[in-house]
Amino acid sequence: MTSTTASHAADLVAALLFILSLAGLSQHRTSRAGVVYGIAGMALALVATVVVAAQSVTAGAVALIVVAMAIGGAAGLWRARRVEMTQMPELIAVLHSFVGLAAVLVGWNSYLEVESHGSGQTRIAGDLLGIHHAEVFIGVFIGAVTFTGSVVAFLKLSARIASRPLTLPGKNALNLGALAAFLGLTVWFTAGPGPVPMVAVTLLALALGWHLVASIGGGDMPVVVSMLNSYSGWAAAASGFLLDNNLLIVTGALVGSSGAYLSYIMCKAMNRSFLSVIAGGFGIEGPSGGGGEQGEHREVHAEEVAGLLDRARSVVITPGYGMAVAQAQHPVAELTQRLRERGVEVRFGVHPVAGRLPGHMNVLLAEAKVPYDIVLEMDEINDDFAATSVVLVIGANDTVNPAATDDPASPIAGMPVLRVWEAEQVIVFKRSMASGYAGVQNPLFFRDNTGMLFGDAGQSVEAILRALPGRDPEDALPAAGRAAAAR
Amino acid sequence: MSALVPTQPPPQSIGVVAESSSGDARVAATPATVRQLLGLGYDVVVEPEAGAASGFTDAAYTEAGARIGDAWAAEVVLKINAPTDGEIARLREGATLVGLIAPAQHPELLKALSAHGVTALALDAVPRISRAQSMDVLSSMANIAGYRAVIEAAHVFGRFFTGQVTAAGKVPPAKVLVAGAGVAGLAAIGAASSLGAIVRATDPRPEVADQVRSLGGEYLAVEVAQEASTDGYAKATSAEYDRAAAALYHEQAKDVDIIVTTALIPGRPAPRLVTAEDVAAMRPGSVIVDMAAAQGGNVEGTVAGRTVVTDNGVTIIGYTDLAARLPAQASQLFGTNLVNLLKLLTPGRDGRLALDFDDVVQRAVTVVRDGEITWPPPPVAVSAAPAAQPAAPASTAVEPGRPRLGPAARFGLIGAGMLAAFLLTAVAPAQLAQNLTVFALAVVIGYYVIGKVHHALHTPLMSVTNAISGIVVIGALLQIGHESRVVTLLSFVAVLLTSVNIFGGFAVTRRMLSMFSTSPERR
Repeated sequence: MTSTTASHAADLVAALLFILSLAGLSQHRTSRAGVVYGIAGMALALVATVVVAAQSVTAGAVALIVVAMAIGGAAGLWRARRVEMTQMPELIAVLHSFVGLAAVLVGWNSYLEVESHGSGQTRIAGDLLGIHHAEVFIGVFIGAVTFTGSVVAFLKLSARIASRPLTLPGKNALNLGALAAFLGLTVWFTAGPGPVPMVAVTLLALALGWHLVASIGGGDMPVVVSMLNSYSGWAAAASGFLLDNNLLIVTGALVGSSGAYLSYIMCKAMNRSFLSVIAGGFGIEGPSGGGGEQGEHREVHAEEVAGLLDRARSVVITPGYGMAVAQAQHPVAELTQRLRERGVEVRFGVHPVAGRLPGHMNVLLAEAKVPYDIVLEMDEINDDFAATSVVLVIGANDTVNPAATDDPASPIAGMPVLRVWEAEQVIVFKRSMASGYAGVQNPLFFRDNTGMLFGDAGQSVEAILRALPGRDPEDALPAAGRAAAAR
Repeated sequence: MSALVPTQPPPQSIGVVAESSSGDARVAATPATVRQLLGLGYDVVVEPEAGAASGFTDAAYTEAGARIGDAWAAEVVLKINAPTDGEIARLREGATLVGLIAPAQHPELLKALSAHGVTALALDAVPRISRAQSMDVLSSMANIAGYRAVIEAAHVFGRFFTGQVTAAGKVPPAKVLVAGAGVAGLAAIGAASSLGAIVRATDPRPEVADQVRSLGGEYLAVEVAQEASTDGYAKATSAEYDRAAAALYHEQAKDVDIIVTTALIPGRPAPRLVTAEDVAAMRPGSVIVDMAAAQGGNVEGTVAGRTVVTDNGVTIIGYTDLAARLPAQASQLFGTNLVNLLKLLTPGRDGRLALDFDDVVQRAVTVVRDGEITWPPPPVAVSAAPAAQPAAPASTAVEPGRPRLGPAARFGLIGAGMLAAFLLTAVAPAQLAQNLTVFALAVVIGYYVIGKVHHALHTPLMSVTNAISGIVVIGALLQIGHESRVVTLLSFVAVLLTSVNIFGGFAVTRRMLSMFSTSPERR
């Protein structure tokens, strides 16, 4: 057993551990073990690689590695500890951009090591050289698209730029043109490697990544983030090809295909075509009308809602991105606990694309200590709305829009939605009568059994908590305090 | 061919007939629902004294707008119980009969109806889908029956339900066991606990525990092997389950004062839950209400339709007409269910009944159509997709605008993909071929490994895959210190960035997962 064969063996074990990690993460019961497998696999891969690398480089280089990892690791741990759960989408988008940038750098390094020496290079056997050219090119391309795409997603999610879709004229032609230009550059580079096509492809891919995500509206961000996750995997796999490293190929392909499958699930939930998402061209033509008001809405106040909840048998809460924006998950959790103590059945109905990240609502509710077994998926709860006394729609809009089922002309027609309107009473928490991200007016607001509670969702829920009858002073201890006391 | 002028067809008449033949005090329409029927455009004829036993006088019906007359001659006849042969003979030709028919149990009734050339709609065949819930008479009647079961028990039981401390001494609260937490069971739990009793309930479905608690009951789980709670209760566990359940019932029988049993299995005799031994173990003065008496009873010793007292002084109530013992309430809910069905059947609100066989609800309730037996209906596709789109033609539930690939095209695509993979690998140099193999297999594994990912775990899964895709660090590690300073510098940056990814990704995943928790009571 030489150190090289040992490192190959370590690669295999690490790859298996990553598979176990992904498999573990798909069930609650095994999810924590999944993280442990992932950490173990990563640690093994890093140690094996550093040991092999240390044999051929100076001590100074090893020190550089240690310093880089220490700085990066510290920064990562610090961000992970500090991040608010509502900012999870931004964090993940930023992390994706790092993978993309790293893949670009690895590609450029490989170019500098091999191609820039022309025929004088000795690393790659002659017959493999052409393939290596192509691999470098593809790696840089995917990495750069991932990088700028993630940066734009981050900027949109953190509201540093407007989340409106950018609609350049002929954007599909632009995307296709960029792909065609990429093919042309690849042929050029494979025939005669040089710095010009390298720079050109980098700039082209950066621009394409920017445009792909910029032309997607903020409401579709769950799919975008999941798609970028997939892209970052493909970027890693491409690096693996150019370095001839099996572990990179396997891991990249795992992440790439699982991310793509996750995006596919999202697309099905939004009734969108998977292919058009991958191509980034799904910012659809701007919604054509249907934006006008459609009748009278009925405004309610927190006291009335408290009265309704007090008399309710069963309550379903359907949260959306508005709950995250208002940081309302903690008051919502307290309301849930109070109602459950009174014997009211409280459940949550989570639409697959609620929030700005797949599973975003689940994470927020978990943070606020809402038991996950009362947090149900759309399909699990949709048939129960008819037997529900009160539905609280907190910061959700398009995911509860009856137009998706009733109005074939609606831009969101056919998208599966939570059928909240079947309940006896629906209370919509909303800042104003503005339409949702899809830009579609919501007929739910004008139904007879719908009441609108305007204002910040967090403050509205707190007002309801104050107005709920039968609250004695001892009971006024907030939920968080009680949970802490129970620990 | 006399009427050549196309005129509006006259509205049909609805007949509300008396249930006197079966001694049922209910009636299929109340003055309130008659108003709604008139609103749908129908004429309504009520048989004299039809609502008398429910407390609705003929005058009240007349005031609501109905006529009193020969209801059997109407074009649509509303009834609660299945008709007798004599009653079928009174139906006019081509009439529509709506009521409880129990088509599975009464094939001869279907034959008689078909021989008479009528259309029959069975209210007990309403499919259990959310859209049809407003027409589900079985649920609305079970709700009443569950309440009444507790009232019957309270009537016979010699003590208070609620515990009291009085000047004349302390009264312990009554203990009630409800077997089966369906609609009837839940109604019984609610009624008994609001009378102040201590209520316990059993049910093989652990997911009803919350419903039981929500009505003030305590859920008694039948303790069998652990797997029972995770993937449902498979048939293999049933023997063991039955044994554990029997032990539970025996233990409870010794402790409780009142037992209400509600266990029914569709189309089969009621399961025996309480044995004669259990009954003998109960204290004198205890009461059992067997709501499954009509189907053979859950309790050994039940006599359908009667009350019996055992040797040790336990009263077993086997009434089969519990819902009908609350006739005004039952008639009101039944009548509303009927109105909801007729709303569906009268899309034009023009008083003309129009059966649409493309609608699953209408198809399912129609057991005889113009003399032709149409029962059983084709199985209802249990689909969450909204089926009722009035404008859309009656096609199957394939989404429009997205044609599905035929099998030939699919095989063609797969074949082309395989061929492309073959050619690519065959012409590639050995090293690339090996890389491609590894790549392709890893893609497939990645797809399958998260195939059943729980929705709530999407975000943690994504952050962990993000951390894992930080593996690209290996590329940078292998390049550092090899070549020029530029390469080393770029590698340094790449290692730094991906380290943020790896450490941050794993840490934030752990943080998220530590937040997920179940209900405290399930821990």
